[in-house]
Formats: sequence, C-alpha cells, structure tokens
Amino acid sequence: MAQSQGWVKRYFKAFCKGFFVAVPVAVTFLDRVACVARVEGASMQPSLNPGGSQSSDVVLLNHWKVRNFEVQRGDIVSLVSPKNPEQKIIKRVIALEGDIVRTMGHKNRYVKVPRGHIWVEGDHHGHSFDSNSFGPVSLGLLHAHATHILWPPERWQKLESVLPPERLPVQSKEA
Amino acid sequence: MLRGVLGKTFRLVGYTIQYGCIAHCAFEYVGGVVMCSGPSMEPTIQNSDVVFAENLSRHFYGIQRGDIVIAKSPSDPKSNICKRVIGLEGDKILTNSPSDFFKSRSYVPTGHVWLEGDNLQNSTDSRYYGPIPYGLIRGRIFFKIWPLSDFGFLRDSPNGHRFSDD
Repeated sequence: MAQSQGWVKRYFKAFCKGFFVAVPVAVTFLDRVACVARVEGASMQPSLNPGGSQSSDVVLLNHWKVRNFEVQRGDIVSLVSPKNPEQKIIKRVIALEGDIVRTMGHKNRYVKVPRGHIWVEGDHHGHSFDSNSFGPVSLGLLHAHATHILWPPERWQKLESVLPPERLPVQSKEA
Repeated sequence: MLRGVLGKTFRLVGYTIQYGCIAHCAFEYVGGVVMCSGPSMEPTIQNSDVVFAENLSRHFYGIQRGDIVIAKSPSDPKSNICKRVIGLEGDKILTNSPSDFFKSRSYVPTGHVWLEGDNLQNSTDSRYYGPIPYGLIRGRIFFKIWPLSDFGFLRDSPNGHRFSDD
C-alpha cells in the first residue's frame, strides 16, 4: 500500500517538474526564436499562396532575426496590423526610414518614411491592405521575418529578399 | 575531474535557460517592475519612480480611457514611453498643442490610441506624433512601489478637461 502511494507521489512530482520546465521554455522559444504560421489571403501572390484558398502556405517565422528591429528592403515580414491589433499581417518591406516612396493608391503621391518606421506592401498590388492604405508603420509593430515556406512540400523554399525594380524607393537614405 | 566540471556547467546553463524562460513568460504575460524616468507624467509619476506594470489588460484588450500605459516609442522601437490613455479608437479628442490658439478636434482612427502625459507643458506625446497603434502598448501601470511615501495605486488624471465630452 505504502509503495503504490510513493509511486503516485513521485510521478506527480516528476510531472510538475517537467511541466514547469517544458512550458516556459516552449513558450519562450515560440515567442523569441521562431514559430510557424499559416498564411491566409491573396495579398502576397504570387510569392505566397499562389493557389488562392485551395492551399494555404505555411511559413517559418523567425523572431530572432528581428530582435533588434533590423530589416532590409525586400524582406517578407509579419507585423501586428495597425488597424486591428488582434491580427497579424504579412507583407514585404519596400522602404526603410528616410527613404522617399512613390505610393500606389495613397492619398499623397510621395511619402517620406519617418524615423523608426517602414513602408510595407503586398506583392499583389490592388488586392493588398498595406502601407498604401494605412501609411508607414512603426518598427515596434514588427513581429517576425518570414524566411522559408514549409508546407506544402512541393513549395518548400527559402524566401528571397528581393525588391521588384519598379518599387525601388525614389530616394534612399544612403544615397 | 573534467567530467565533474562539465556536468556542473551544463547544469548551470540548464538552470539559467529554465529561469530565463520563466522570467520571460512572467514579464510578457503577467507583469513586472519598471523604473520610469522623465518629467512627462508629473505629478502622478515622478522621475526615478519604481512602478508595477501588468500585461494582462493588453492581451485581453482591456485598456481603458484614463489608464497609464507603457508603450514602445513610435519613432524608436527600442525605447519605451509611459503616458496616459486619453482616447480610444473612435473617440473625439482635442488635438491642439499648448502653443496653438484655436482648438482643433479629430477622431482617433481604428486600432489606435491617443496618449498624453500628465505634465502637459513638458510632455512629448500624441499631440506631437499623433495617435499610436494599439499594438505598440506593452502594459498598464497601476501601482507605485517607490518612493515609499507615494506607495499605492495611482491617481486619476489631473487633466480631466482633456477627456472629450460626449
């Protein structure tokens, strides 16, 4: 009788110890290092979700790369939507602070990106709710850098940081 | 000898990672102690006061008008600002700076909040950089720990006139 009680107590202690180690470590890893996410919507076609609603891509989101808020033009990033904080949006970085952008559909024709902000656009112009609608976004809203497509297996690839030539900033900070 | 030292090192690293992760989860999802600097929230919060911030309201979208919040600075994501929420999305707020003669009113856009410091004369806030997205808010300050003479829950805004009338 005493032996079986001892077994239960030991099992319970081991479970608690494992739980309090595994859960914080896993949560910290998913928050700080990397996580995966399913992409919905057509705003990044053809780079992401070219099949539309039939097959959603699953991407690897790398938090570690943006821990110092360092992004390059052409990166595909996920950020908290400035219009709806419960939603994350995934777009491409077109311009960094100090660049002057020629907008497509914004109320001003040319916009200078203020300090601490970036200009993001979806690859599918016209079907994208991006900086052309809500203006430059603060870097504080940056969530992660999407580096690879993980699913479906035939679309397994590394996402390149390429800026379409027609979307180059009119004037860059380094120039 | 070497195996003993290696074993001890691994155990130390393991404990560091474990407690670091628990600390991250606590700060991110529950709350933490913060030291504030700057004059923009006087007299409610003085320079070098230590306060307690909770992060639950942000995750459950329970930030209300009159709350003091910590947010990432819109122009520098690595630094934090500490201000009071004057308007939530859809509210009508007074947007004029102290130097403007005429009052101008506008609406806070969806997904944004309007922040102002309690020390209106000496505060760089939404009157300067506009409304900030809700996603930049990191936590809500509700309790002051230091100095002990001011220990306790924080006062209401001394600038009641900045809140819009319905």
